[in-house]
Amino acid sequence: MNIHEYQAKELLQRFDVATTRGRVAATLDEAEQIAHELGDVEVVVKAQIHAGGRGKGTFKNGFQGGVHFRKTSTDVREVVAKMLGQILVTHQTGPAGRVVNKVLVAESAEIAREIYFAILLDRTTAAPLIVASTEGGVEIETVAAKSPEKIIHQAVDPLAGLQPFQTRKLAKQLGFESSQLESALKLFEGLYRTFLAFDCSMVEVNPLVVTTSGDVLALDAKFNFDDNALYRHPEIAALRDVAEEDPREVEASKHGLSYIGLDGNIACLVNGAGLAMATMDIIKFYGGDPANFLDVGGGATEEQVTEAFKILIVDKKVKAILVNIFGGIMKCDVIAQGIINAAKTVKLSVPLVVRLEGTNVERGKQLLKESPDMSGLIAADDLADAAQKAVTAAKPK
Amino acid sequence: MSVLVDKSTRLVVQGITGSAGAFHTRQCMDYGTNVVAGVTPGKGSQMFDGKVPVFDTVWEARQKTGCNASMVFVPAPSAADSILEAVDAEVELVVCITEGIPVMDMMRVKALMRGKKSRLIGPNCPGIITPGACKIGIMPGYIHKPGNIGVISRSGTLTYEAVWQLTSRGYGQSTCIGIGGDPIHGLSHLDCVKLFNEDPGTDAMVLIGEIGGSAEEEAADWIKANCKKPVAAFIAGMTAPPGRRMGHAGAIVSGGKGTAAGKIEALKAAGIAIADTPATIADTLIAQLKARA
Repeated sequence: MNIHEYQAKELLQRFDVATTRGRVAATLDEAEQIAHELGDVEVVVKAQIHAGGRGKGTFKNGFQGGVHFRKTSTDVREVVAKMLGQILVTHQTGPAGRVVNKVLVAESAEIAREIYFAILLDRTTAAPLIVASTEGGVEIETVAAKSPEKIIHQAVDPLAGLQPFQTRKLAKQLGFESSQLESALKLFEGLYRTFLAFDCSMVEVNPLVVTTSGDVLALDAKFNFDDNALYRHPEIAALRDVAEEDPREVEASKHGLSYIGLDGNIACLVNGAGLAMATMDIIKFYGGDPANFLDVGGGATEEQVTEAFKILIVDKKVKAILVNIFGGIMKCDVIAQGIINAAKTVKLSVPLVVRLEGTNVERGKQLLKESPDMSGLIAADDLADAAQKAVTAAKPK
Repeated sequence: MSVLVDKSTRLVVQGITGSAGAFHTRQCMDYGTNVVAGVTPGKGSQMFDGKVPVFDTVWEARQKTGCNASMVFVPAPSAADSILEAVDAEVELVVCITEGIPVMDMMRVKALMRGKKSRLIGPNCPGIITPGACKIGIMPGYIHKPGNIGVISRSGTLTYEAVWQLTSRGYGQSTCIGIGGDPIHGLSHLDCVKLFNEDPGTDAMVLIGEIGGSAEEEAADWIKANCKKPVAAFIAGMTAPPGRRMGHAGAIVSGGKGTAAGKIEALKAAGIAIADTPATIADTLIAQLKARA
């Protein structure tokens, strides 16, 4: 799950992580008011969408850039008027772009130095790991590739937590002066507490800046949350902005299905994440292109299967559907009935290839055979056969 | 022969009275697993299906029944605690089926398990089976067949696919271990490879991996230096887009790490035969066996 920049800022403030002054605005009046409150300083106005590359983006109304600097509240109002309600296209949004419903209005920091600072849950050591670098403000992957010696690693004991001596050492490694030590330590500790408190898999501050007046601030923060832990963080779950997500994924998640939209034209419905990925792979192997990843899970109900199938049927770019089920807990007849139910409500207009194996396979095949709605069904014997048939079926006639 | 579980395994089921726990306990018992106890706090002194005593704690179950393996079906919010309870009772093998456990909970479990005797399989896994002897988990028993191929996998249904291919071609399995799809889990691919390498009843191995992490690469390095048994592998997620979590919490390519291509390269460098598609996992291993014979 992703959150907006202004929401990240609010989360950090809860743990006393210093950030620039400012707030989010949804109207022109709010934006002007915030700029007025900030006083006689340069103000930055940033479009709030989940995609990156905002500064270099273009609005569909022709206005250039999703990030702007202004000196007066009147000028802020003027620039916000060109952004709110408009569609911003960046290299990450795709050509459709995203509607900007909110802007962040904040004091513009006068940056003396930019630092990279991230805390992540490292799966190899099963412990939190701090990754930092004096080379902030740029892509950290580039730094890691070109000058790996500039990347600092600090492992944290999962039971003892981040120790004060570790933060002091980090501060020195990152080149903080003695006078800045206290603010740097407070910021590191605050970030670590934020990381733990919200069950993050990653908190990345890029850049963490030292201003010309010597202040230490988190200028931009990116959070990755552990979806498994959202049940105990309703306040984080509430930050979800469904307008920023693929509507098919939103619909799927309502029914407890794991769905990820892709660019191809062969839709897949599979039980189990590993088999679902493998099914996508084999489609590609035989020259096709998967339209999605869809895992109905180990113990899906007939209703869930019906809903899953509906999501696939209504997708306009889908030219063929491949159902690949290896029944374990999931019974093949349940899958079959779910598919039949879906085809009753939404007409099936593309070829359907079904491969069933495992628990109650004979009963499942029988149900599909007997259903009048399934007359065009293409049955497959095994995984390779199923993938080949789906790829052939999706090809333009 | 087999690894970790066999006819002498005495199973306790944590969460035996829940619907999933009860259903799969019966399936395991039908397969022939010796289920000696159940644990559900507050339901101690009940009998499950009239034959399995239920206890309030694993500690009591261990003392009264001598259980040496546990299957955890406790819901995600309490599952980490249940794993630690079994570890505290010195149950030798803990198999956690539960999916959706917060990663930080598992981080603490891993840290607290250091230096303990117990081994953990999972969480978010199908379990472990020694065909014809003992099934601990949710896999359909009938697709397996006793034999001498060891199977290691992160995924559930993809493992069934591979096992079914082996069985259909007449190749049985010594033991099949589903290590689970979460980023922090118990036994790794490498741990299992070592067990199978030492097991005289295992002649060859199938290793099924997926995108994310570096566990497959670690196993590959060790195999290259230490393992003489033939190994075939398949890595799922060749077509997965970076930055997207593919169902399993562990299946994500991030920062250019954990790609299928990188894993396949490491496995090939270790002399492991790679199946091009999930449909040819068994055939790839069989070709290896025939080439050596």
